[in-house]
Amino acid sequence: MVALFVLFAGSIYAQDTIKLGVPGAHSGDLASYGLPTVNAAKLVVDDINAKGGILGKKVEIIQEDDQCKPEVAANVANKLISDNADIILGHICSGATKAALGIYNDAKIVTMSPSATNVDLTKNGDYPNFFRTISPDDAQASLQVDFALNTLKVKKVAVIHDKGDYGKGLAEFAKGYFVEKGAEVVLFEGITPGAVDYSAIVQKVKHRGAEAVVYGGYHPEAAKIVSQMKKKKMDTIFISDDGVRDETFIKVAGKYAEGVYATGPIDTTKNPMAIAASEQHKKVFGQEHGAFFLNAYAATLCLLNAVEKAGSADFDAVVKALKTEWVETPLGKISFDERGDAKGIGFSMYQVKNGVYVEVK
Amino acid sequence: MEYFLELFLGGLTRGSIYALIALGYTMVYGIIELINFAHGEIYMIGAFTALIAASVLSLLGLSGPSLLILAGVIAVIYSSAYGYTIEKIAYKPLRQAQRLSPLISAIGMSIFLQNYVLLAQTSDFLSFPALIPEFGFMEPISHIMQSSELVIIVTTALCTILLTLFIKFTRIGKAMRATAQDKTMAMLLGVNVNRVVSMTFIIGSALAAVGGVLISSHIGQINFYIGFIAGIKAFTAAVLGGIGSIPGAVLGGLILGWTESFATGYVSSDYEDVFAFGLLVFILIFRPSGILGKASSEKV
Repeated sequence: MVALFVLFAGSIYAQDTIKLGVPGAHSGDLASYGLPTVNAAKLVVDDINAKGGILGKKVEIIQEDDQCKPEVAANVANKLISDNADIILGHICSGATKAALGIYNDAKIVTMSPSATNVDLTKNGDYPNFFRTISPDDAQASLQVDFALNTLKVKKVAVIHDKGDYGKGLAEFAKGYFVEKGAEVVLFEGITPGAVDYSAIVQKVKHRGAEAVVYGGYHPEAAKIVSQMKKKKMDTIFISDDGVRDETFIKVAGKYAEGVYATGPIDTTKNPMAIAASEQHKKVFGQEHGAFFLNAYAATLCLLNAVEKAGSADFDAVVKALKTEWVETPLGKISFDERGDAKGIGFSMYQVKNGVYVEVK
Repeated sequence: MEYFLELFLGGLTRGSIYALIALGYTMVYGIIELINFAHGEIYMIGAFTALIAASVLSLLGLSGPSLLILAGVIAVIYSSAYGYTIEKIAYKPLRQAQRLSPLISAIGMSIFLQNYVLLAQTSDFLSFPALIPEFGFMEPISHIMQSSELVIIVTTALCTILLTLFIKFTRIGKAMRATAQDKTMAMLLGVNVNRVVSMTFIIGSALAAVGGVLISSHIGQINFYIGFIAGIKAFTAAVLGGIGSIPGAVLGGLILGWTESFATGYVSSDYEDVFAFGLLVFILIFRPSGILGKASSEKV
């Protein structure tokens, strides 16, 4: 087998095009998630080919439909390999991505998803060939935990959530990472949204001696909890999520909002490349781009840049280039970490200062 | 021990609010055997009125206790007018109908009022000013009990005492008790039952408005939906204490507040509602008419 793949890899150099496989949901219910990625790849590839391609070769797109189904995705992966795809932009859905990743990994093909957010894809390091230009589901939680432990240096934390999918999901990730990194989680509980007051849980936070509260949920409850903590003269740090990084939170909590931390997405709306890419899409395809378009645009740029910098589509060289090169994309300047998650995209920590959220550098 | 005290006082505060709202439920039920589901909305309207009144009054330069009292009085008057009108529009025409009809009417009124405030005001959460001033003498113990909590507890106690005296010693109070016992007989003896019913709604609404103003000022935020959960909890309190009984409503409110507070403090806030409603089920199994409710035989 190994010999076969070596032969296989050798044959790549003989190709006169760089083959970019674009598998994803291109038909069916979830086509609207997959097609924008194809469009993004086309736009980027057309641009590059117009400038003479990379390494003197044109880039060719091989489009394959996996319908977001894991079993179809595995077939698609095998087909792309037999078509001699050099690099893969996809898949779209986490389940399909997971099913196909092992196959690409065995064939040593770099794969980059613009949209698969499942945490496990990068967490265990099972797939050294996998990269993505979207934040994993736990991105906010891991940012909160790193910030609390490394920047704020807290040791005892209380993790509270609102029992909802969003809040509880994040809180569970946060709790897991705190435990993993040796911090003491003194309280992990859900509150009832809309309750008349939260004095009991606030007293409990104080009683258990938490230095910081990490809250998963939305702003109305966060405002109540923060106000009651401050009224009780507690100096406990309050860290929350995107659901709280909202102007309404500051409006409602008023002076009590001061000093509260919350994670929120990095703003890309003012990025000139994002604006240009969106306009290009409108001009070529006659409509607004759909989901994950900018992520896919960025992924295509990163992949092709890595191939160019590596001098070939050789697996190790491309992986190395992805992890060392910083690329200007519509999502900002990005590179990739050891696990394959993008650095420079996703979330950032904000703090309320003088009544506005300010990014904490 | 301090932790216990804090939870006790927190539960007392929350329970006081439940009690203020529960009084309205229990009085209305006592007189016309109707569960006024729109009562929670009166609480919410009271809070909104106080917010608007306080904004206007503070522009006129008012502040401190006079602002709280004036805004509170305006809220009470406005909410009472709502209570009075709701009874006239939604319940009075149905007084001779089957018992289910006014109940449906009450649910309809509740949904209507919620949506009315949603459209007329906003769906957003609004910041509510801290109308209750911070007392200097509370400063040393402010980590255990805040001024606003003290005000809520004292106000509830005062309201309950005044209401009890009112019902015991005034003419209209006597008429209320007579109507509660037997509407037809009271009418035959010259009691103006319509007036008694209106008065009941006015008093109940006024108490709910007081609760709305106090808790909003304590918590610092309102929106159109706050009446729903508070209303459900207060209704639970009224049933727990024995619906129709005034001391029962207060007792039920306090027990519910303490149960929630201690359940959160010593067990887990995940199970706050489980304990609250579990207690209700438990008590109703052994005392089907509530803690202080009279087991009344069906009127013939």
